[in-house]
Amino acid sequence: MATVGRALLILALAVAFYGVAASIYGAVRGRDEWIASGRRSVYAIAALVTGAFAILEVAFLRSDFSFATVASHSSTTTPTFYKGAAAWSSQEGSLLLWLWLLSLWSSLVLFATRRQLRRVAPYATAVLLGFAAFFAGLLVFRETPFELLAVVPPEGNGLNPLLRHPSMMIHPPMLYSGYTLFTIPFAFAIGALITRQVGAADWIRATRRFALGAWLFLGIGILLGARWSYAELGWGGYWAWDPVENASLLPWLTGTAFIHSIMIQEKRGMLKIWNVSLVLATGTLAILGTFLVRSGILDSIHAFGASTLGVPFVILIGILIASSVGLVVLRRNELRSENRLDSLLSREAIFLLNNLVLVAMAFVVFWGTFWPLIAEALTGTRRALGPPWFDKYTVPLAIVLVLLSGIGPVIAWRKATVSNARRNFLLPAAAAFALGAVLAALGAADRPLALAMFVCGAFVVASVGQEFWRGVGVRRAMTGENPLAALRSLVARNRRRYGGYLVHVGMALLFVGVAASTAFNDARDVRLAPGQSVRSGDYTFTYERATSRISTHDGELEKISFGAVVDVSRDGRHVTTMRPERGYYPSRDLRGLGPVGRFFEGEATSEIGLDAGLRRDIWTAMTPDIRRLLPTIEEGDRVFAAAAGKLPPALEGQALGAALEGIVDKYLADRPQATFRVISSPLVTWIWIGSIVVFLGGLIALWPGPDAARRKVTARYAARVAEDLGRA
Amino acid sequence: MPPARKRKIRLVVALSAAVLLAGALVYTSLLSSNEAVTPSDLLAAKAGASYQLTGKVVDGSVRNTSSGVDFRVRDREGTTAVPVTYSGAVPDPFREGREVIVTVRKEGATFVGERDSLVTKCPSKFTEDATQRS
Repeated sequence: MATVGRALLILALAVAFYGVAASIYGAVRGRDEWIASGRRSVYAIAALVTGAFAILEVAFLRSDFSFATVASHSSTTTPTFYKGAAAWSSQEGSLLLWLWLLSLWSSLVLFATRRQLRRVAPYATAVLLGFAAFFAGLLVFRETPFELLAVVPPEGNGLNPLLRHPSMMIHPPMLYSGYTLFTIPFAFAIGALITRQVGAADWIRATRRFALGAWLFLGIGILLGARWSYAELGWGGYWAWDPVENASLLPWLTGTAFIHSIMIQEKRGMLKIWNVSLVLATGTLAILGTFLVRSGILDSIHAFGASTLGVPFVILIGILIASSVGLVVLRRNELRSENRLDSLLSREAIFLLNNLVLVAMAFVVFWGTFWPLIAEALTGTRRALGPPWFDKYTVPLAIVLVLLSGIGPVIAWRKATVSNARRNFLLPAAAAFALGAVLAALGAADRPLALAMFVCGAFVVASVGQEFWRGVGVRRAMTGENPLAALRSLVARNRRRYGGYLVHVGMALLFVGVAASTAFNDARDVRLAPGQSVRSGDYTFTYERATSRISTHDGELEKISFGAVVDVSRDGRHVTTMRPERGYYPSRDLRGLGPVGRFFEGEATSEIGLDAGLRRDIWTAMTPDIRRLLPTIEEGDRVFAAAAGKLPPALEGQALGAALEGIVDKYLADRPQATFRVISSPLVTWIWIGSIVVFLGGLIALWPGPDAARRKVTARYAARVAEDLGRA
Repeated sequence: MPPARKRKIRLVVALSAAVLLAGALVYTSLLSSNEAVTPSDLLAAKAGASYQLTGKVVDGSVRNTSSGVDFRVRDREGTTAVPVTYSGAVPDPFREGREVIVTVRKEGATFVGERDSLVTKCPSKFTEDATQRS
């Protein structure tokens, strides 16, 4: 099957080249059949890559270790759900997933626009096929997922235990959906620039839903990564300004700017150069994001130095930048604004300011991420910037952004009058300042930036709440509906607007959670013996006793866990009991390891203790001190080495099990010390609640409204009438 | 004022502001950043200065201590190694042979790691493959 998979990829590459040529030839010569053939190439690639991806998935699900990638990233003991997801835990599997999602999304957009944008779409098709050819080329010539092993191992390495978390399995498809969807507005922008159609808004309308989808998927992917980091990694944080995290944030920031500023182009015919530049930058940053993860050019948690993908990606990004800049310069006359900004007190001006803040944030993140390379070019030595540098610039910008997200939805287009401003802002501003005063009195004044974020967040919630309240009031007055029905029909009649408002509320909640949990978190690292305590915030953490257990899966030892029972109390009253532990997975690499020692030399993961609440999270992780076990482990290795080959395998397995149970019992008997990280942190849960609100708001905005459905029906009816008239 | 002249002045002001901002950004970045080094580079390290050290954890060098962990970091391709003392919890993927990034400050003969700065590279994207491929 590997040969079939590889053949499908080679075929996909050939079809991509053919499709590029057919689309361009059809567009230049005005030959519709060639244009249609180019479009059908995209569908064909989707079918071919779906086949290739299915072959890889089946290999993972069947634990077919003749596939090198399956042997490296899965095992028979890996649970079925993770076997399926392990396909994209490898470099080659990730690239195949990228290509597969690109082909699916490209097919969807080209199918949806098959009767529109007749001049733009062929060039967009060529660009999308160009991306497909690039990734198919990588999969055929550089990183093939269908490489076979000369000697098939009886067992694979297994999926890294750290990645065995549901959010981590959904995280890559979400990120890649975001990246690949952002290439769609990019492709149509290039097509619009080539055909001098860029001033019109129809290509924006046709791809807007895809841009919004890209923004939503990428955002969900980023947040799932943050959640995984918080819940799975033993450090208690959710964002570290790692280059790969930043790489996903960059297109999201410029994409956020773009989905706001296109509204100004649609409504007022302004900001055309700005918009098209943002679209092109976002598409390029999406490729840059993939490049950063896959190339290892920057030192990162995720990156590695052995990749061969750097040069092809640099060439691709160079082509994207050069063609984008060249086309914008060539078409600058078509991109002139039809209107000018009437007033700084208008929705256009607020959107523009919001765009400037978002682009400034993107620039700061880009600068900080690429600073090691910039510094090397300037000074000859690589230098790295840490989280405090990023925080120094991004925190004030984030506060302004949240404030603008409260002003934007309610300020008037063109020019706001004083009475309009008073009517819309008085109540939300009063509510926000009142909350600020209360919080300052309660001690939040010590952290002025966090306090500013709370005030701005409250302003957003109040101003958007006021909009909903007024909208529901108007509908009730018009229709006499009950409040819930009025709310439902209000949102249903303008999903994009009210979905967007909900996104703003979600983002405000998320940022309030980030501000509170960053400014007021109390983290302690401490070494404790059973019976000892440590204080974090208002809580006392007492290490009551050690725990240990051996977990098996399908009769095979999966991991050995050493943990702790931790009592958490506040003012002498019991709050909760937590059971953090550290699981040791046996090493699959047996070189130089004894039969007992290998159980302690594999991957180790933390299972955290978490008591989450709306007001605060209590979090703990522990690292057991297993030094006292080492002599016993070494003794066990010696005994088993001496008995090697003398015992029947079944008896040897039993003896090994007994030895491990003895080690686990010894750990408990020793009353071992352990290193704990304990954290009490306020409002963390609001980050996740805010994320869910953003997700719901995004879905509402994406969902086709009744108007769109009506337009579709009307268009179909008109087409039928035209057809009938033609027959008559 | 003629519109062409007005545009020219605006362009000059905007470009000057951009140059000033870029200069300020380079200056603050240089002040705030740590030199990224390998263990070999650290042999000439200045006491008290901070560095971002990248390398591999030496096999057999990890020792748990009462406050955290001591280990040695070697060059990616080479044997030159430096001792690092790190306080606090280490990331889950941390283990011997794995690539790490840690911000260190030279104190005496050893390098003291800054709290929460230890990063172990995520093994999700790359597995050193010992198996023989066809």
